[in-house]
Amino acid sequence: MSGATPVTGSPMATEPGAPLGPAPMAADTLATARPASLWRDTLGSVLHQRSAVVGLTILTIMVLVALFAPIIAPFSPNDSLLGVESGVQKRSAPCIHLLGCPESQPQHIFGTDGNFRDVFSRVVYGGRVSLAIGFAAVGFAIVVGTFIGAIAGYFGSATDNVLMRLMDVVLAFPSLLLAITIVVALGGQSYFNALLAISIVSIPIYARIVRSSVMSARENDYVTASRALGESSRGILVRRIMPNAITPIVVQGTLGIGAAVLEIAALAFVGVVGIGDAEWGSMIAFERNQLFSAPHVIMAPGIAIILAVLAFNLLGDGLRDALDPRLNR
Amino acid sequence: MTRFLLRRFIVTIPVLLGIVFIVFALARMIPGDPCRAVLGERATDAVCDDFIRRYGLDQPIPVQFVIYLGQLASGDLGDSIKHSRPVTTLLVERLPTTVELTLWAMTFAVAVGVPLGLISGYKRNSPADVGTMVFANLGVSIPVFVLGLLLAFVFALVLKDTPFALPPSGRLSSGVSVTPLVVVWGLQDLQGPLRGILDFLSGIYTFSALITGQWGAWADSARHLILPAIALGTIPLAIIARITRSSLLEVLGLDYVRTARAKGLSERTVVIRHATRNAMLPVVTIIGLQLGALLSGAVLTETVFNLSGVGRTMYEAITGRDYVVIQGFTLLIAVVYVLVNLLVDVSYGLLDPRVRAQ
Repeated sequence: MSGATPVTGSPMATEPGAPLGPAPMAADTLATARPASLWRDTLGSVLHQRSAVVGLTILTIMVLVALFAPIIAPFSPNDSLLGVESGVQKRSAPCIHLLGCPESQPQHIFGTDGNFRDVFSRVVYGGRVSLAIGFAAVGFAIVVGTFIGAIAGYFGSATDNVLMRLMDVVLAFPSLLLAITIVVALGGQSYFNALLAISIVSIPIYARIVRSSVMSARENDYVTASRALGESSRGILVRRIMPNAITPIVVQGTLGIGAAVLEIAALAFVGVVGIGDAEWGSMIAFERNQLFSAPHVIMAPGIAIILAVLAFNLLGDGLRDALDPRLNR
Repeated sequence: MTRFLLRRFIVTIPVLLGIVFIVFALARMIPGDPCRAVLGERATDAVCDDFIRRYGLDQPIPVQFVIYLGQLASGDLGDSIKHSRPVTTLLVERLPTTVELTLWAMTFAVAVGVPLGLISGYKRNSPADVGTMVFANLGVSIPVFVLGLLLAFVFALVLKDTPFALPPSGRLSSGVSVTPLVVVWGLQDLQGPLRGILDFLSGIYTFSALITGQWGAWADSARHLILPAIALGTIPLAIIARITRSSLLEVLGLDYVRTARAKGLSERTVVIRHATRNAMLPVVTIIGLQLGALLSGAVLTETVFNLSGVGRTMYEAITGRDYVVIQGFTLLIAVVYVLVNLLVDVSYGLLDPRVRAQ
């Protein structure tokens, strides 16, 4: 842990004028005390970033809560408690026995909603939808975007022009409007369609990142060397060039999941998907008109969205500071 | 410079064509029967056949596309299936709300975001800096609709009987209206595009009430705009503050700033005249890019605050399968967005000679 430049093993460390010819991927550091591990160094520098640690902590908790939702949630997210639990009231305010709420009232940490359902259980289950769609949508967008960007950047000229203009067209639409249109065009209100829509809308970002990484790496001496050694185009692209794009992709992907969580909540809020489901945006939409009478029903899922997005943003910023040596000012 | 402008403009053309094509294709892909979506489930086949023929929906898709291009070229966006009115009329009616909201949101974002970013960057690691960055991190993480509802809750309920109370919905209080420009200026007989432009401007209440001196209505519409503009402007505000901060930090570390200090210029002059000016370049780009995000946010803001603008109309059109409105509005929004970015690129070229030379 020498504090100065922790990420010496990073694939970004390819100075264009570096005197060494051999591919930096095969860095044979002769006799070091402990084997230099890219992953260990990276992890070390990430954990030095306060924002990354905070983001990662919130995120870990949220993922665990979502995974163990059936254990954590005291009630079913979708079933009304009317007639099931004695004394349950419609849109009752939060009641926690430990904090002095009378024992005669049933305990609901975040209160109940208009259908006599436990808001806390709904928020807990809602995390499953948001996180799953967030991860899946960004994963899909990264795969497709990387593919497009790599081809555009590596082959250049006409291929590049056509692909990137296509990306420009997608970027020209306000993302939410395009996502709504795509969900509707795909045949309606399923989460899978929402996932696809959110994904399609964010493909151009990754395509652009990969393209510019590929274009700047393409001219390096070690790439020329690989080519001279007879490596195939695909081999060069996958093994020699793509590692340069990993850092920006990871950073953008992390921020992108936050954006996807916002987007799925927005789609649900306008009623394009998940009407009535235990999903954060749709919970808010469902109780919108009760803002003045029962604000807790809206604020609980609202805060959940904020926390989730904040966690991804903090982690993404932290990762950028840790992984990109150019920013170490 | 002319070559730079020309080249930049030519690159835009295929993008615009692509937009037209995608808009057309997506609108056609929307499943469901447009006739029954509009006329109701119980419309008879005969009525529907007539309906489909009237709107050219029986033609092959390529033919429909060519017809559509021809209409576009003559400035005709078609008639709304649902409202049976020209889309252009609908636009003149609904667009001002969104334009006004977006402009105020952006003004708020720039007016607060840039100074915050500058202070934050100049006093790096001070409490002000830390506070700003925490605020910026929260700002980009709050969904527009949650912030909007939160603001409505605070200003319309908690502060109800204080002077800070603000209306949570609509554009004007009931009983208040803004007299249109054509009426004020006695031009009711005017027709054609000029009339459209005047009606459009009349719809931007904070503008039309201001230039015609309707002070009461102006104040009322401004009060209605505060909450939506803050809700919509907070995300760009946070982004602008962050970009301004990092950009200023970068510029302050450059040699020419050291030279300026070494010359004995006052710190004020160094920071404001020398550093800030160059630090503004990336901020200009971000402002342009944020416009698209603002239009997305406008859909949500308009829903929360019951404003019948472009976003709301679009949403209603999509769920009601009003192809013509979807096409017209999406097209307009995308074209505006592309043109704004063109403008940003051009202004970038004007501000920074190096961009022109590339």
